[in-house]
Amino acid sequence: MADTVGEITPAGEDPSRRDFIHVATMAAAVGAVGSVVWPLVNQMNPSGDMLAMASLEFDLSKVADGSEVTIKWRGKPVFVRKRTPAEIAQAKADDNADLKDPAKDADRHKPGKAEWLILIGSCTHLGCVPTFGGGDWGGWFCPCHGSHYDTAGRIRKGPAPTNLALPEYAFLSDTKVKIG
Amino acid sequence: MSGHSTYEPKTGFTRWLDSRLPIIRLGYDSFVDYPTPKNLNYWYTFGGILSLCLMTQIITGIILAMHYVPHVDHAFNSVEHIMRDVNHGWLIRYVHANGASMFLFAVYMHMFRGLYYGSYKAPREVLWILGCVIYLLMMATAFMGYVLPWGQMSFHGAVVITNLLGAFPVVGESITTWLWGGFAVDNPTLNRFFSLHFLMPFMIAGVVILHVWALHVTGQNNPSGIDPKSKEDTVPFTPYATVKDGFAMVLFLILFSVFVFFQPNALGHADNYIPANPLVTPAHIVPEWYFLPFYAILRAVPDKLGGALLMFGAIGVLFVLPWLDTSKVKSLRYRPTARVFFFLFVLTCLILGWCGGELPDKMVFQVGATAAGDPIGLNFVWLSRIASAYYFAYFLIVMPVLGLVETPDAVPDSITASILDHSAEKKGLAHAG
Ligand code: HEM
Ligand code: FES
Repeated sequence: MADTVGEITPAGEDPSRRDFIHVATMAAAVGAVGSVVWPLVNQMNPSGDMLAMASLEFDLSKVADGSEVTIKWRGKPVFVRKRTPAEIAQAKADDNADLKDPAKDADRHKPGKAEWLILIGSCTHLGCVPTFGGGDWGGWFCPCHGSHYDTAGRIRKGPAPTNLALPEYAFLSDTKVKIG
Repeated sequence: MSGHSTYEPKTGFTRWLDSRLPIIRLGYDSFVDYPTPKNLNYWYTFGGILSLCLMTQIITGIILAMHYVPHVDHAFNSVEHIMRDVNHGWLIRYVHANGASMFLFAVYMHMFRGLYYGSYKAPREVLWILGCVIYLLMMATAFMGYVLPWGQMSFHGAVVITNLLGAFPVVGESITTWLWGGFAVDNPTLNRFFSLHFLMPFMIAGVVILHVWALHVTGQNNPSGIDPKSKEDTVPFTPYATVKDGFAMVLFLILFSVFVFFQPNALGHADNYIPANPLVTPAHIVPEWYFLPFYAILRAVPDKLGGALLMFGAIGVLFVLPWLDTSKVKSLRYRPTARVFFFLFVLTCLILGWCGGELPDKMVFQVGATAAGDPIGLNFVWLSRIASAYYFAYFLIVMPVLGLVETPDAVPDSITASILDHSAEKKGLAHAG
């Protein structure tokens, strides 16, 4: 205490020491409240079993030319589409068209597998499930608010901001893919 | 709560209780002796009706919760079980489901009433904002309740609405994942919506208490917008308001019963009797009627974030309304120009509701067709754009500007004077100032 400036301050009421105690108490209180609140908030995030949700193997031989199978992966629809040469040609031809979310058709499928288009089947607008065959670009049409996707699943018209998302997947063999 | 209490306990027990917990006094002062303006009309009965609705929803809701199972595999079937097997289950569910619509209908009447008579203006800003909070909670509650039966509309409605929050840049995706408890609307979502749907009505009840408290501090507004000046301007709550409210409640319950007993599914959507299927979206997804105007505003904007912001903004603007209106005169009864804009606003809300229920590209009317065969005319997207523009213009332009430039009619000196004035007018006599 001897080194404090003012002799006016009676012993035990050193202002800097008081301030320190206040600040430390407040900091501890904030920390305590935070560490109590965080678990209460975080419990709503996906639980361990959700996160661990297994990946999915799918047998492609079930899908006929020019048709599509919808499977459920992580609660979401996944489109597995076997494209016809005409669909592929149309998608390629539009590679340099005026696209809202520019992407080459080649980047929408695995190399050498142009016939297999695997997409997350939720509209990037508000998550409805688009249907194939409607719309002005021969691809998918979302009935909810009218988004049109082409045969590469690229957004062409309507309120959706981005192309249909691609899930993570890999070919295990020519007829088997693993999604996730 | 305003003025001093005139309650006098009459029995030994009530005297004993009064000096320990003056709860009877509180009730007496608030709902018996409470002075109410003597010119309240039937638009003022919706407050009481709303309390009735809240009680109805809580009672029927707690009963439904005894039979309902919040799990994706059982929810739909448990609702059917309520409908077919539970004794009087059909009645309780239909009262609850239609009760939500009646509740929202009453709140819209209540709010338009507030808009018309300037009930949001000083000193009732807090009262109004508490009302807006109640409205928000009601919408959240009704939305989550509609998810519970886990039909096609439940599911896909939940997908669309929760995805709205995903529109926010950077944090959007974490918010939706957090809200869903997964990567899509799924069992964790249903489970938590049930928990919150159970909780929120009790939060509403809490805010209603604050709302009524604020009401009793400032006193009720009335059709003339003039504050009571003397005892002559008011009548005691009981019997005057209680009987009027009671009569209105009976009329309201008749309407309610027509729906419950004769048209129980008229306000719902048939697709919700199909169990939820995450892989197929119904061809035409529409929210419940009470959300349609906001849905139309959402779809009016071709941009995802823009649409979401505008939709939330449409509700947000209500919160700042007390500071947007610059007029000194409360009641539109004395603002003939403002009245025209008001009725245009009501019409706009109805048009937005109409647009919300139609497919965006559908034509409202057609005047011809292009060479390619595309129709020329007005479609529903454009109608919702025009209507949305007026919705916001009403609050952001008309309200601030009109208060400064219009010339209101002469406002009477007191409620009593306004009544004499009013009846004089009705009899076709000269305007007596
Ligand atoms: C503000 C008050 C409330 C509103 C506006 C409301 C609204 C709704 C709506 C719109 C539904 C869907 C009805 C249908 O189509 O089947 C629903 C269902 C349900 N609500 Fe509520 N509710 C309220 C209060 C409550 C309360 C307090 C509880 C429980 C304590 C509750 C429990 C339930 C249950 C279990 C269901 C599912 C059964 C069913 O769908 O009929 N609700 N609610
Ligand atoms: S959800 Fe597909 S267009 Fe809105």
